[in-house]
Amino acid sequence: MNEMSKTEITDKKKRYAAGVLKYAQMGYWDGDYEPKDTDVLALFRITPQDGVDPIEAAAAVAGESSTATWTVVWTDRLTACDQYRAKAYKVEPVPGTPGQYFCYVAYDLILFEEGSIANVTASIIGNVFSFKPLLAARLEDMRFPVAYMKTFAGPPTGIVVERERLDKFGKPLLGATTKPKLGLSGKNYGRVVYEGLKGGLDFMKDDENINSQPFMHWRDRFLYCMEAVNKATAVTGEVKGHYLNITAGTMEEMYARAEFAKQLGSVIVMVDLIVGWTAIQSISNWCRQNDMILHMHRAGHGTYTRQKNHGISFRVIAKWLRMAGVDHLHCGTAVGKLEGDPLTVQGYYNVCREMQNEVDLPRGIFFEQDWANLKKVMPVASGGIHAGQMHQLLDLFGDDVVLQFGGGTIGHPMGIQAGATANRVALEAMVLARNEGVDIANEGPEILRRAAKWCKPLEAALDVWGNITFNYTSTDTSDFVPTASVS
Amino acid sequence: MRITQGCFSFLPDLDDAQISAQVEYILSKEWAVGIEYTDEPHPRNTYWEMWGHPMFDLKDAKGVMMELEECRKAHGDSYIRINAFDSTRGWETVMMSFIVNRPAQEPSFRTWRQEVDGRSMRYTHELVAR
Repeated sequence: MNEMSKTEITDKKKRYAAGVLKYAQMGYWDGDYEPKDTDVLALFRITPQDGVDPIEAAAAVAGESSTATWTVVWTDRLTACDQYRAKAYKVEPVPGTPGQYFCYVAYDLILFEEGSIANVTASIIGNVFSFKPLLAARLEDMRFPVAYMKTFAGPPTGIVVERERLDKFGKPLLGATTKPKLGLSGKNYGRVVYEGLKGGLDFMKDDENINSQPFMHWRDRFLYCMEAVNKATAVTGEVKGHYLNITAGTMEEMYARAEFAKQLGSVIVMVDLIVGWTAIQSISNWCRQNDMILHMHRAGHGTYTRQKNHGISFRVIAKWLRMAGVDHLHCGTAVGKLEGDPLTVQGYYNVCREMQNEVDLPRGIFFEQDWANLKKVMPVASGGIHAGQMHQLLDLFGDDVVLQFGGGTIGHPMGIQAGATANRVALEAMVLARNEGVDIANEGPEILRRAAKWCKPLEAALDVWGNITFNYTSTDTSDFVPTASVS
Repeated sequence: MRITQGCFSFLPDLDDAQISAQVEYILSKEWAVGIEYTDEPHPRNTYWEMWGHPMFDLKDAKGVMMELEECRKAHGDSYIRINAFDSTRGWETVMMSFIVNRPAQEPSFRTWRQEVDGRSMRYTHELVAR
């Protein structure tokens, strides 16, 4: 591609003559553009087809995610079209990955409807991912201006209020997903909930695909789970909860289930990511009006977040969800059974919890983000974790996280209560030691062994799972540090 | 019944050296320290009685341990907890809370169930002295 074809054609007659122009010629590339504080910024990783110039590919991304179509249209001239055009302003090769480029695009604030993630996504990921000149594209990160951020209500509860409401401070919350996922009757299901909560967990949880199947109608589940929650509160003196999954086929049905959860006194309800952005914002509003914590299970995200060359990074999904307004968000464990390199996962946690994100390339944070005082989201670490990893989990994620041990609670050889107790003792022993100044990353296993001397359930847990690790190389890793794997 | 509120209720009761170490941790974070007591450890009893105001700008844990000792003399058969407060913007809340004294005989809770509207239930918990 010669220099002429990378330059916007400014002669109006030539620019708007019927026909096909390069996107760069149409004005979607401006290497000198200085993004405004009020611009929405997006970073795409693109893999152009052979022979496609990366700058033209970047201009095409900017074009197809804003005003462009494939050919010149005269109706542009009825608008202030220069301002509606997104501008690709920087293209650079991805370190160590030939054929891929990071392309930065700036969008004027006027392109977005206030308070609508549906509109953001329709614009930014509406068309470009199917665009033929690109072999693949991935939305890596976004920056939202404060002005736009303030049009979102954000999490209905947030970390601070959640902790005050639960009266639980100074250490991670503990949870477990009820297992088996499918097949238990409401009465049997509630038994698992009671045992886990009595044993020491703060929360039990429905799994993502527990809705209202023939073996367990949702009302039965709600009734038995709330009996379990209240009984566990009575025998421990603690506030307890169960994430009642209200995911359903229609919004009307979700509201009905939410109302029943409220009527029974639940502190928390849950939806799956697959309900979609509009449903999430609606149920978030409902939660805000009804003093309900909203737990978000990121069901389905792996279909588009995992592969590095195509899709959307989970850090973008996390940003959208904080804006849309959820209180809990599954963000990965780094050490468990599911995908997640430690630094990349820490990046998601920072998106959830910080008031302001600084640029942090090793953790995959490409932009500064001022959250404009939007509340903090409590990240959830769930999937193949156990008491023997407590020091790693506390060291990686700190206090503000829900650690969820499903199999690691329910599969305990001495029973569910013992499994819960093992996790709670391991956690409290680790927090106590950390606060005393002990280097838990290195001395963690010794701390656990010492606690296991007086806590039989912990001893049994360490005997069964102490050596279980999921030491696979992650797919979605930082481009700016050597690939790390946790052993 | 052992009430398991707070950070460390699943561990053996902390001794004074352990409590002092946790207070040092709180002070290292520049958080204020409050001592509170109650005879009514209902999970929804948010406001325990304050043993004086939270203590700000302390240099070491000694002052807190002295206050705790005084509080124990006056309310030795009550629950006493130590709270840490962070005034940093974005937090401005309790950052840590743990029980440092329990009555010899802990109370229990009775659950009241009221059957309403089909199979629905209204639950409430009542503290029962032992």
